[in-house]
Amino acid sequence: MNEINIKKIDWISLAILSLLVLLGLINIYSATHTDLIENAFSLKNPFGKQCLFVFISIITFLLIQSLPFKFFEKFSSILYVLSILSLIGLFIFGKNISGATSWYQVFGFGIQPSEFAKPITALALAKFLSELNVNIKTIKTQFYSFLIILIPIILIILQPDPGTTLIFLSFFIVFYKVGLPSIYLNLFIGFIILFFLTIFFSKQIIILAILFISIALVFFMRSNKKLIKKILIYSFVFSVFAFSVDFIFNNIFEQHHRDRFNIVMGLQQDNRGIGYNTNQSRIAFASGGISGEGFLKGSQTRGDFVPEQHTDYIFSTVGEEWGFLGASIVILLFSYLMIRISKRAELQRNLFNKIYTYSTVTILFSHFFINIGMVLGLVPTIGIPLPFLSYGGSSLIGFIILFSIYIKLDSQRTSKW
Amino acid sequence: MKNRLLPILIILSTIIFILRLFWVQLINIDDVQLSNKNSVQRVYNYPDRGYIFDRNNKLLVENEPYYDLMIVPKDLKEIDTIEFCRILKIDKKTLITKINKAKKFSRIKSSVFLSQISKSDYAIVQEKLWKYKGFSIQRKSNRNYLLNSASNILGYISEVNDYEISDNTYYESGELIGRQGIEKAYEKELRGLKGVNYYQKDKFNRITGSYKQGIYDTLYKLANDINLTIDYNLQTYGDSLMINKYGSIIAIEPSSGEILALVNAPTFDPNLLIGRDRSKNYINLKNDTIGKPLFDRGLQGQYPPGSTFKLVNALIALQENVINDKTIIYCNQGHYYSSRRFMKCHCNIGTINNLDKAIYNSCNTYFANIYKQSIEKFPSSSIGMDNWKKHVSSFGFGNFLGYDHPTGRPGLIPDSKYYNKWYPKGGWKAATTISNGIGQGEILTTPMQLANLSAAIANRGWFKTPHLVKKISNNDINEKFKIKNYTTIDSIHFEKVIEGMYNVIEKGTAQNAKIKGIKVVGKTGTSENFIKINGKRLQLTDHSVFIGFAPKDDPKIAIAVFIENGYWGTRWAAPIASLMMEKYLNEKINRNYLEQYIYNGNLINEYRKPYLKSNFKINE
Repeated sequence: MNEINIKKIDWISLAILSLLVLLGLINIYSATHTDLIENAFSLKNPFGKQCLFVFISIITFLLIQSLPFKFFEKFSSILYVLSILSLIGLFIFGKNISGATSWYQVFGFGIQPSEFAKPITALALAKFLSELNVNIKTIKTQFYSFLIILIPIILIILQPDPGTTLIFLSFFIVFYKVGLPSIYLNLFIGFIILFFLTIFFSKQIIILAILFISIALVFFMRSNKKLIKKILIYSFVFSVFAFSVDFIFNNIFEQHHRDRFNIVMGLQQDNRGIGYNTNQSRIAFASGGISGEGFLKGSQTRGDFVPEQHTDYIFSTVGEEWGFLGASIVILLFSYLMIRISKRAELQRNLFNKIYTYSTVTILFSHFFINIGMVLGLVPTIGIPLPFLSYGGSSLIGFIILFSIYIKLDSQRTSKW
Repeated sequence: MKNRLLPILIILSTIIFILRLFWVQLINIDDVQLSNKNSVQRVYNYPDRGYIFDRNNKLLVENEPYYDLMIVPKDLKEIDTIEFCRILKIDKKTLITKINKAKKFSRIKSSVFLSQISKSDYAIVQEKLWKYKGFSIQRKSNRNYLLNSASNILGYISEVNDYEISDNTYYESGELIGRQGIEKAYEKELRGLKGVNYYQKDKFNRITGSYKQGIYDTLYKLANDINLTIDYNLQTYGDSLMINKYGSIIAIEPSSGEILALVNAPTFDPNLLIGRDRSKNYINLKNDTIGKPLFDRGLQGQYPPGSTFKLVNALIALQENVINDKTIIYCNQGHYYSSRRFMKCHCNIGTINNLDKAIYNSCNTYFANIYKQSIEKFPSSSIGMDNWKKHVSSFGFGNFLGYDHPTGRPGLIPDSKYYNKWYPKGGWKAATTISNGIGQGEILTTPMQLANLSAAIANRGWFKTPHLVKKISNNDINEKFKIKNYTTIDSIHFEKVIEGMYNVIEKGTAQNAKIKGIKVVGKTGTSENFIKINGKRLQLTDHSVFIGFAPKDDPKIAIAVFIENGYWGTRWAAPIASLMMEKYLNEKINRNYLEQYIYNGNLINEYRKPYLKSNFKINE
């Protein structure tokens, strides 16, 4: 039972993952390449380090495959506690890098525990929600499952690391999947839409619009008493939300937060200051054209104009050097990988496996959506990496752990035990 | 729905992202063209500015290279300061202050360390430069004017200003543009088209190589050399005659409209307006409020034309059939042009003038009369006046002539509207405007317009628009300069007037303009001179005016001379015009006495008079 079930391994997903990691290496090489580098594999420069991280990833992958199937279910609680402790420990031993205490400094390498907290929280949720007496429709279960993600969220907000916080919020999609009443999701989506609308227009207009729509709905649905009640509740909640968004945006957010939103929504043009990254990234994409400027030939990349280009903005390197075709292929690879895994999630007979696999897709998707959306200027600047491609040991290994556990769990799918 | 949520989100965002990629990479790339790309540096290559020659291919304006020593403080290494200072001829203190100044400007960008190194120093510096890291030589080029006058014609060049940069996409900060005269009028021809090289740059602004192997690079387009219509010898001779006098001489080749000389006095050396002292010199020139060297009297000065304008009135009267060449008018030291208004004339009592005699004696009575008749011929003064203006305008008066120089004034030819404004309800008639008959009154003309009048008379009824450029890199000039503009006067009438003008020289008011062997034709004029100083209208000594051409039957040169405060035409303008004609037609002067008289003529005190505190006399 401990052996690796070679035949059942999801080889296609593994191949896509390997391809993405390889593309990551190529583009990190390009983004950090200068003529001054004598030995590309030296651990002094990012490419050399990333090669080391890939090597560690392979070891990690093999290690996870060799673990017993039940290991994850059994140890998920302990791992969760350890993970939370490591997040707490940051406030004592952590190193403050550019304003956030997200890192431990070990042998010259930075370790970011929140990256490992992602797969571990997924395990803990899967474990909790797959227990027989648990029903997400009950308030009690809702409370505990919210708590499981809320603890890391609070600890990460305190670092502060808003990007990773958003990733943890995406677990709501998993809750919804396992039966959380749709009101939560409706509210969640409604809030997000309202948030942007409120910033774009003004709270007065939004509240008036809500009132108008709800009056209209009440008028047309007046036969259905239950629905009217629902409509009234929603419109009340949304109005309060719109009001508070305005307050939060103008009084609690700091100017640089506001700037980021304003730039994405086109309310503000600023190509030198906060909008610099977005604009530089735009230029990189534009100069890529259809087939790109070619490996090591991207002028924005060569000039090192896009900040964080080997980490969060790695996708702009792809866009400039490999063009529309290259960038589309990367997007399609991700898309295919996520669809494939989510389909396989449905095939899992074991609820723990199912929930975990679904969490894997959710985490991948939220990174994919926020990162590429940000690089393409569709989403405000939120610093989170692109899975498998971005430079960074913790993030790469974190994603490999997430993925390796999926492969392991998936490979036991049909085995009898 | 529950099971589909995530796949739907994935597919939806995939579609959005790919559409977005399509948009930013393939459609909406205009705003991120090469020009906006900050990883690309544009370095222009410029063609040499075109040379300017005179009509006989004498070089007037060339380019002179000069060298700036540039410094990039970041690249500085330990240097042998003693040798360095020796080859640059600076002391160590200067070296240190200059390096600090450059560092203050930017550590990584290059700035000028020592500007305008002479050619001889450049040879030494260039040889040793490899030893001094962080220094480089930049070659630049400036204008070199090979004559010390004609600045009014040539103009000058200087760096473009912000307005010009925003107005014209061609120019960028620090580039040069023609500012006045030919340099401005023929800017496009003289500058050529710059080329551009694109270089790849990193974020520290360091150039790392050619951008995409230079596929977007372009080479400059050569500039055009220009041949002026100006005759260098005639122009500079004119300058020498105008020393210590203010005014202008304009000579035109009547058959072609080519301007042979456009002398403005006082003149100044065009080289004053290039190089490092440019702005200081410019301010000095501008502050000379008496001499006004920046004011082109030939093109911008508007004066009453005086008696020279009598010719126009004679031509109009002939054309309107109010007189013929035999018409006689009596003059009794003047005449009453209305019941109680008398216009004086220098004719003796009882003089009988026909047209010929009236011209060579410049009889006020005669021309006031025929002017009045030309207008009174019509049922109303308004129609008569406007008809008169139509004739006058056909000579190019009252409007910009359309020559190829960027400055000028239109002058003024009044019409019925003009007088209706001053005398509402038709309270004016021909007699009210009688001064126009003798070239005073409301009429204002520029010396250029008078020169054109002279050319039109020389051609017996037509003129070609005066112009300053003969050839542009062997290409023909603008077609508009080749068209004959006909006046409204029939050519037969001109002969009668020219006969009178010939007698002006032979037995009339300008006998000192006679040249042995050449039939000179002309007319003197005296233009009343009023100025305003501190709001007070003062009358000053009259201007001396002369227009004419030679030879009479095959005119080669038509000329207008205008000497400010020269008193009367014969005194300065006529002999100067005559000397110019002699110089141009005979290439040498036989009348040294006349030349000496002009050289010695000094009117500077006359010009200063009104600015002195004491009272002064005029016309002495």
